Amino acid sequence: MLTLFAQIDQPAFVRPDIDWHAVAPELLLLGLGALLTMLDLIFLDRIRRFIPTLTGLAFLVPLIPILTLWSQSDDLPRVMFDGAYVVDRYSLALKVLFLLSGYVVVLLSSDYMAEGDYYDSEYYQLISASILGMVVMSSARDLVSIFIALELISIPAYLMAAWRKRDLKSNEAGLKFMLMGVFASGIMLYGMSLLYGFAGDTRLSAVAEALDRGESAPLITLAIVFTAIGFGFKVSAVPFHSWAPDTYEGAPTPLTAFLAVASKSAGFVALIAIVLVGFSTQADVVEPLMWVLAALSMTVGNLIAIRQTNIVRMLAYSGIAQAGYMLAPLAVYGETFEGTTNPANAIVNYLLVYAAMNLGAFAVVILVARKTRSGEISSYGGLMNYSPGLGAAMTLFLFSLAGVPPVGGWWAKFQIFNVLTQNASWAGISLAIIVAVNSVIAAFYYLNVAKQMWFMPAPDLDHTPIRLPAPLATALAITLVATIVFGILPGIVGDLSDFTSLAAR
Amino acid sequence: MLLNQYLLLAAALFVIGVFGVLTRRNGVLVLMSVELILNAVNINLVAFGTFHGDIAGQVFALFVIAVAAAEVGVGLAIVLLIYRNRRSIDVAEANLMKG
Repeated sequence: MLTLFAQIDQPAFVRPDIDWHAVAPELLLLGLGALLTMLDLIFLDRIRRFIPTLTGLAFLVPLIPILTLWSQSDDLPRVMFDGAYVVDRYSLALKVLFLLSGYVVVLLSSDYMAEGDYYDSEYYQLISASILGMVVMSSARDLVSIFIALELISIPAYLMAAWRKRDLKSNEAGLKFMLMGVFASGIMLYGMSLLYGFAGDTRLSAVAEALDRGESAPLITLAIVFTAIGFGFKVSAVPFHSWAPDTYEGAPTPLTAFLAVASKSAGFVALIAIVLVGFSTQADVVEPLMWVLAALSMTVGNLIAIRQTNIVRMLAYSGIAQAGYMLAPLAVYGETFEGTTNPANAIVNYLLVYAAMNLGAFAVVILVARKTRSGEISSYGGLMNYSPGLGAAMTLFLFSLAGVPPVGGWWAKFQIFNVLTQNASWAGISLAIIVAVNSVIAAFYYLNVAKQMWFMPAPDLDHTPIRLPAPLATALAITLVATIVFGILPGIVGDLSDFTSLAAR
Repeated sequence: MLLNQYLLLAAALFVIGVFGVLTRRNGVLVLMSVELILNAVNINLVAFGTFHGDIAGQVFALFVIAVAAAEVGVGLAIVLLIYRNRRSIDVAEANLMKG
């Protein structure tokens, strides 16, 4: 064994240069999260009331260094640790997405948790840890940092899914999520260890080069498939989706919104980095895999969503279908693209719109459940009569999810079509047809909820308007504005696929 | 160095682990099977690291060990929670939600 180690001949350790400005958002979030944990331990019940507000602030403060970094865009990309950690426009935009979705999730949680009689402030500390993982993930260009970020996102989420300790459904949600998650990350790690074996280096750019000159094609395919399975689980792509509906239904609803939006987006960010950078030379292996995952996810997700009667389960299956749309551009990523129409741009823009509209839909679900105490779609009857504002907002979110103009969703979907059809390849066109058929199927069940709200009577004839607490109203306002703005001003965030920097060394 | 032997050992451990996860119904044994998978990964990483003369493999393995400890800590907490409420850690019995 000693001879094993003796063969490693490394130079003395030199401290790498750290660009403090570039890592300021992560450090701020880490520092504030730790500070809140300590405050909570010292002051206990005296501070618990303020923890949600403080956590919300802790998510907004890191936006300041992100803005200053963005304004000095001449200095971008900032590359650290030999290309393992990259700060560019793409990663900055995603950091804003994650911090803002974290903020909205905190707004959604504060009333739910305060009324739930469960351990309170630890929930917010776990959310901060998870959001920190996502912020790190958007910059990670290295197998180790991607793995650490992924686990930092997932492990707190396992705990939060099982949050309602005495509720058997919540226990079951946590158990299924945890067992599937741990298993999937084990498979993914085995794939990553093989990738490291090919490259002798954990950076994605080095992995790409090594795979290009690799001789052992079957092993490369095995490594790619195993790695993809881990992310397939994270983004709940069929056939790795079985945990999602049960976990979404059993977990606390704000956490469901968090899993459906933030956690899924983080999975996609990792997938973009690893496919577009690490597997950039292996399109002939990855493209068919992504084609199958995308086609299966949207078809299976939509077909099962039709027969759901519980709105959270319906949104879970619709989320699986939406993951399919977002996987679709990866099925053609090896082709050449011009201008802003390219897979990374299409996926990131879809993620932004998806976060806005899905968080909005969950905000309405939480509000309606406060009154009706039910998650059944039939309980949405008469919503337009007693809470027209809420009904109109939900209609807008549903139209956006279905891809009806002029709200955000249609434009995001249009981008996907553009990417798929640009080169008129067989794979792209066939997948575009599947996306089109699926959009029609999806419109059926989204509009079914709208029909309930507009034309059906309230099931219990209780017409008291729904009370709108301030945090939930703020969350609703943010998501509503974002959904509309993305629709009427398409391309407002600009081109986010800075490819040279995505592949930076 | 004979890289093959290490890789074969890791592959065997990995397959045993996957088999355990898919067939065991006891929550704790599922977690132990996942540990087998993660240890297979560690053997792979250290063997490849030595083969390439690169320290990153061992560092990666250390990270995997630390994260595996955290995962099992959380996993056992959830299994314990299930045991308190149901008096059983049979994962196949957790089927309240379907469809």
